[in-house]
Amino acid sequence: MNGNEIAAKDDALFRSIEYTGKNFYYAVGIFVTVIAFAAFLYLGQIISGLGVTGMAQPVSWGFYIVNFVFFIGISHAGTLISAILRLSKAEWRRPITRMAEVITAIVLAIGGLHPILDLGQPGRIWHLATSGRLQSPLLWDVTSITAYFAASTVYLFLPLIPDIAILRDRGTKPRWLYQFLSWGWQGTPKQHKVLDRTINILMIGVIPIAVSVHTVISYIFAMTVQPGWHSTIFGPYFVVGAIFSGIAALLIVMIVFRRVYHLENYLKEIHFSYLSILLLIMSLLWFYFTFCEYLTTHYGNEPDEMRVFFYKFSGDFAPYFWAMIVCNFIIPVAILSNKKTRKIKGILFASFTVLIGMWLERLIIVVPSLANPRLGYPTGIYIPSITEWALFAGGIAVFMLGFLLFAKFFPLISVWEIQEGRASSIKEVAHRLRSYLPDELEEDDIKKALH
Amino acid sequence: MPRWGMVIDLNTCTGCGECAAACKIENNVAIVGPEESDMGRTMLWMDMLTEYEGEYPDVKIRYIPRPCLHCDDPPCTRVCPVRATYLNDEGIVAQIFPQCIGCRYCMAACPYTVKSFNWYRPEWPDTMESALNPDVSARPAGVVEKCTFCIHRLQKAKEQAAAENRDLRDGDYIPACAEACPTKAITFGDFEDPKTEVSRLRRTARAFRLLEELGTEPKVYYLYEVE
Repeated sequence: MNGNEIAAKDDALFRSIEYTGKNFYYAVGIFVTVIAFAAFLYLGQIISGLGVTGMAQPVSWGFYIVNFVFFIGISHAGTLISAILRLSKAEWRRPITRMAEVITAIVLAIGGLHPILDLGQPGRIWHLATSGRLQSPLLWDVTSITAYFAASTVYLFLPLIPDIAILRDRGTKPRWLYQFLSWGWQGTPKQHKVLDRTINILMIGVIPIAVSVHTVISYIFAMTVQPGWHSTIFGPYFVVGAIFSGIAALLIVMIVFRRVYHLENYLKEIHFSYLSILLLIMSLLWFYFTFCEYLTTHYGNEPDEMRVFFYKFSGDFAPYFWAMIVCNFIIPVAILSNKKTRKIKGILFASFTVLIGMWLERLIIVVPSLANPRLGYPTGIYIPSITEWALFAGGIAVFMLGFLLFAKFFPLISVWEIQEGRASSIKEVAHRLRSYLPDELEEDDIKKALH
Repeated sequence: MPRWGMVIDLNTCTGCGECAAACKIENNVAIVGPEESDMGRTMLWMDMLTEYEGEYPDVKIRYIPRPCLHCDDPPCTRVCPVRATYLNDEGIVAQIFPQCIGCRYCMAACPYTVKSFNWYRPEWPDTMESALNPDVSARPAGVVEKCTFCIHRLQKAKEQAAAENRDLRDGDYIPACAEACPTKAITFGDFEDPKTEVSRLRRTARAFRLLEELGTEPKVYYLYEVE
């Protein structure tokens, strides 16, 4: 059997590549329009200065930094989840890992560019290279985000090679692209062995990098002495929030593309059920961290800290704060802990509220601390401008366009891993089970159990 | 090596704001329009903090002139990613405008909120444009700025002293705010030299510093009001 015959069974996975409908062009058109509009307004910002935003003194950081933290958070969906699922040999990972990795690569690129949007002098960005100070947490960010981007794009590309080779063998156009990107993959046992080993090394390496990324992002805030920021739990708090929003984003993407490309056969209810339980766990963990953070502040009762605290609990930011609690905790827990509502629609709804809630959380971390300076200044109010909203929409559009284009050229579900699963996972799992169980299992018992 | 510092006597300060005005003119600090000002984009290197004490009708208003406090352990220089702000040998927290990338991390990290940002290209009314101080460099849009203790005046004073072949004397170098103060509430000088007026004043019982508990070691001291 050659690659083509094997792949024929999984034709559905190639449909998005080999068949382009009208809707594809409409979608691309809409996203490109949004991006062009955002780019136009950004050009205006470059020409006249950051005055076109709603930022001022004392709230000198706004949407750009909020979205930076938010997007980088979502990027934890991917590589981290995919690596953990692979590492724990979760068989149900097979149709999920690819999408998770794509999210990471695209969102990381978007998030990583956000601090540049925020710069007053973006043309001087090279100063970071020529006279960067490693003592500054911003440099820690640059370092770890670059490392994460490098690791996660390689981690996306390597498991893609066998699939690209299948596309090459099917003669999919543009041929030169698949010819070039398949790197001479023939699927020999030796090649498989090398690939497996490299993926194993990468997936272990990528986990500490991913954790470091959101930890050092939290350090931007935690390393200052400002009320509401100077907290030791910020590192793990941000990592938990990042994984939480990442899983929500992954679930939304899975549900949308399953519907658009008819992947019901591959992404089954059980995948969503398992992932959404992970989302539920993260929701509880997030609440635990939030509770710890605010209880210690309240009990300590330091006047400067309390001003920020009440700004969130009952002041100007109270609507956002309580909306965050509802979106991140009450709704997801209510929906996901009940088997009746833990269905695709319910999961989709919960994932959306989690994304909104996590975005609000980033807003609630960045703005109130700045809005309440220690000394007797008039407290500032921050109202984002049209430019900031447009760039936010632009960021989301870049993500959707990127994902759509990826789906146009590469399979969204790892074909060879699905095939590998079909060919060997039952045997492997049976073998593994046998090694757990106290008594010897006979082949017949296994066969009986399967039927 | 001198360590420059300032003592502001709140007993003699009337809160007139002359220091803030003199500072703006001396340092070519941009003047923003009323709408921008309402947004919170007023640029003041020397600001006048207003503190209210007590409850109505027994309210006491207290004015505190606030330049950059030139901390000996500044939270702002620590976080700067490109060394656009640093503590120089003479204890002044300096800004390098052509180096600043405009990330505003120093603004977020400063517990005293002393820094200003050029949201737009700095502008002045026509009549003032020709009266800008040639000793202070103009800032482009998108960089952070703040009080430098009129570091250009130090430069001048040093050159003057060198020309006259002598050491710098107490009173040779004072910033514009101290010079302009009509009640002489602001004293400026070298902390390292125990004989200067600032050194004497900062050791008096009335001396205190803003947010001393943060350990930033500011070099601007205040003298408490006495009833």
